Amino acid sequence: MARKSRGIPEINAGSMADIAFLLLVFFLVTTTMDIPTGLQVALPPMTDEPPPDSKQKQREVLEVLVNASDQLLVEKELLTIEKLRQKTKDHLTNEGKDPTLSSTSTKAIVSLKNDRGTSYDMYVQVYNELTAAYNEVRDEYSQSKFGVPYNKLRKEADIEDVKKKYPKKLSEAEPVSIGGKK
Amino acid sequence: MSKFKQGKGKDSPAINTSALPDIVFMLLFFFMVATKMRDKEMKVKTQLPKATEVEKLEKKSRLYYIFVGPPLKPELYGTTPRIQLDDAFATVDDIQQFITLQNSKKDEAEVKYMTTSLKADKTVKMGIVTDIKQELRKVNALKLSYTASKEVRED
Repeated sequence: MARKSRGIPEINAGSMADIAFLLLVFFLVTTTMDIPTGLQVALPPMTDEPPPDSKQKQREVLEVLVNASDQLLVEKELLTIEKLRQKTKDHLTNEGKDPTLSSTSTKAIVSLKNDRGTSYDMYVQVYNELTAAYNEVRDEYSQSKFGVPYNKLRKEADIEDVKKKYPKKLSEAEPVSIGGKK
Repeated sequence: MSKFKQGKGKDSPAINTSALPDIVFMLLFFFMVATKMRDKEMKVKTQLPKATEVEKLEKKSRLYYIFVGPPLKPELYGTTPRIQLDDAFATVDDIQQFITLQNSKKDEAEVKYMTTSLKADKTVKMGIVTDIKQELRKVNALKLSYTASKEVRED
């Protein structure tokens, strides 16, 4: 008689939410959602041969030097980092106007030299400015030719076209140790 | 006779909370999926430099990490910047072996997409970074990324 009414008793799910909340808070606290970002560099392959032609025409090369006390020397002139971007852009877009800067954008080279004592922060700043100059120059070219910024280009041929016009020739010289400790 | 009747039958009905666990579980699963537990114990301090031109890196599985910075416990390890590979301190000479070992665990085709993410502290000098770069060139790990945090600058 008593058996009849005894089904499976209903499970009280009222505290389910509490348990779930507890777990939720734990994951909320431990989650870090940082997407790794960085400046991309393509290193040159190691070769034993000496560099092919160090007789690159002087005017095609924009020399950027950073010394051990984080000072910037561009084309043998002291320069502040704020002006580096504009200077690089001038160099890339010169097209032969200024006799000290590049003759044509396809030949323009930026050479970055640093000391062993240069701080990493400064180096990244400089590298960032140079990359920015390239990106801006490409953007402007792409904007005027295709009407969209460089990173919005969809057609492979268009991207290649911009790359061909402004090839990213950012050379990093073998390290020198002029002064400063390791 | 107050204007505000405290009518007996006018109690606001109880809100049905039976769907609450479902909602919470949904959030829970989202965070569970999004969470990546930090798998490496940091031994060096890496305060990243800031840059504006950073690009997002590809999949995390295609990254090798090299940490450079002053040790977190200066009383034990001093203050000279050190290199950390995986969980342990290393020297510049260990990098070649490290990369080769990691490469051998990967698929042959994937190796050429591997990027080395260099997480170096702002204060580190370029000397040590240059040494690392030379070592990477020797093992043909040519894709490098100077990990930096995104800086928002108003122009």
